[in-house]
Amino acid sequence: MSKFFTSSIGQKFFMSITGLFLMMFLMVHLTINSLLLFGDGELFNVAANFMSSNPIMKVIEPILALGFILHIIYAGYITLKNKMARPQGYKVASKSEASWASKNMFILGGLILIFLVIHITNFFWKVKFGTVATIPYGDGELHDVYGLVAGIFKVWLWYDVLYILGAIFLFLHLTHGFWSAFQTIGWGNEKWTLRLKVVSYIYAIIVAGGFAFIPLYFLIKYIV
Amino acid sequence: MKIKLNIWKQENGKTKGKFEKYELDGVDAEMSFLEMLDYLNEKLITEGKEPVAYEHDCHEAICGCCSLYINGHPHGPGKETATCQVHMRSFKDGETITVEPWRAKSFPVLKDLMTDRNAFDKLMSAGGFVSIDAGQAPDANANLVGKIDADKAFDAAACIGCGACVAACKNSSATLFVAAKVSQLALLPQGKIEAKRRALNMVAKMDELGFGSCTNTGACEAECPKGIGIDFIAKLNREYLCASFSEAE
Ligand code: SF4
Ligand code: FES
Repeated sequence: MSKFFTSSIGQKFFMSITGLFLMMFLMVHLTINSLLLFGDGELFNVAANFMSSNPIMKVIEPILALGFILHIIYAGYITLKNKMARPQGYKVASKSEASWASKNMFILGGLILIFLVIHITNFFWKVKFGTVATIPYGDGELHDVYGLVAGIFKVWLWYDVLYILGAIFLFLHLTHGFWSAFQTIGWGNEKWTLRLKVVSYIYAIIVAGGFAFIPLYFLIKYIV
Repeated sequence: MKIKLNIWKQENGKTKGKFEKYELDGVDAEMSFLEMLDYLNEKLITEGKEPVAYEHDCHEAICGCCSLYINGHPHGPGKETATCQVHMRSFKDGETITVEPWRAKSFPVLKDLMTDRNAFDKLMSAGGFVSIDAGQAPDANANLVGKIDADKAFDAAACIGCGACVAACKNSSATLFVAAKVSQLALLPQGKIEAKRRALNMVAKMDELGFGSCTNTGACEAECPKGIGIDFIAKLNREYLCASFSEAE
């Protein structure tokens, strides 16, 4: 057991577990974001305020951050070690059948990380450390997160492009990441490997498509 | 046919190698790739030049010696074929063919296209065996094996230890090879007894020998001359996880 944590399969196991955890988070994130598409924003504002203020989320937030950090650190370490396993490369690059995404997970992850930093400063930071306008709601008031989201996608066309790009990188990362996570924890055989690959694409299309749809929706709503 | 060859030449493990260009006329389309190399070497010898060193033995895809990386593919073009099964008809007249040795830290070049694949022997010594008293051939029905397991074990046993999986993998990972060996033995009654130790020891050895880890690109199964699939890697992961959690260490 003690050797497990430092073994190649053990390290991949952590990539897989943190990846699965982050994929679950993406589903929750998308579910809440989809409320942006309904009504005048009240629904989304209530949900966003609930998520940023309830005590359970205070516990989950650091766990989520840890999930990201571990996933990134392990990725860096594994990639470095794997690079070292072939000090001299080939003259003719490999023509072996393997998906582009599977061979470029680290690059895709890096691009998603850049996007993530921008994304966090755009929204999470502002909501968390309170520079968001408030609007009256019932007896109290709510942070107008809807206004923040709509504002960014309305004023800055670049943000729309950026968020759609981010979704494309995420799509590619997930097409490999989803089934690969299950393969690593041992769920795969001659039937299920193929099935998981198909589910991978369905999951990636739903998640990345969903996230890309939001800036598109605001573009169409305000600009066209 | 006439072909151009671009072949890696390296004196030994200590010197730096480089690509050497050769032009070869009168190649027969029905020649095997290895016959073509023999033909080249004969020509080089008569010209007083040094022949190209490469490894081969059985010429029938069972020994795993013919480790050549041809035009970006370990074992050259074609599915489920070893280099010794490749024929010159798979190439076009006038084509340039680049031939390289397996590239991996754990498979250092000995000379030209020959690499030292002793790392695979070390992996086998770490657990790729069954330590039972061999004695006489047992009675056919003494050990019952179900048909499904027997077929799977047979599929895994087809691995010839050629190392193409390592050569194809961007991480130079030996996981497919180890997966084939671990699975084959774990599926059979004689091998089950030591299955946990075997999985633990072979994976530890694989890491120690400097092979990379598996990132599930699937390049290995695409190039394996014996069609070993990555479902065996999932099985290895299963075996290894269970062994790690259950064995006291
Ligand atoms: S798994 Fe396939 S490619 Fe790898 S050593 Fe065995 S036969 Fe060769
Ligand atoms: S020479 Fe034996 S496998 Fe090709």
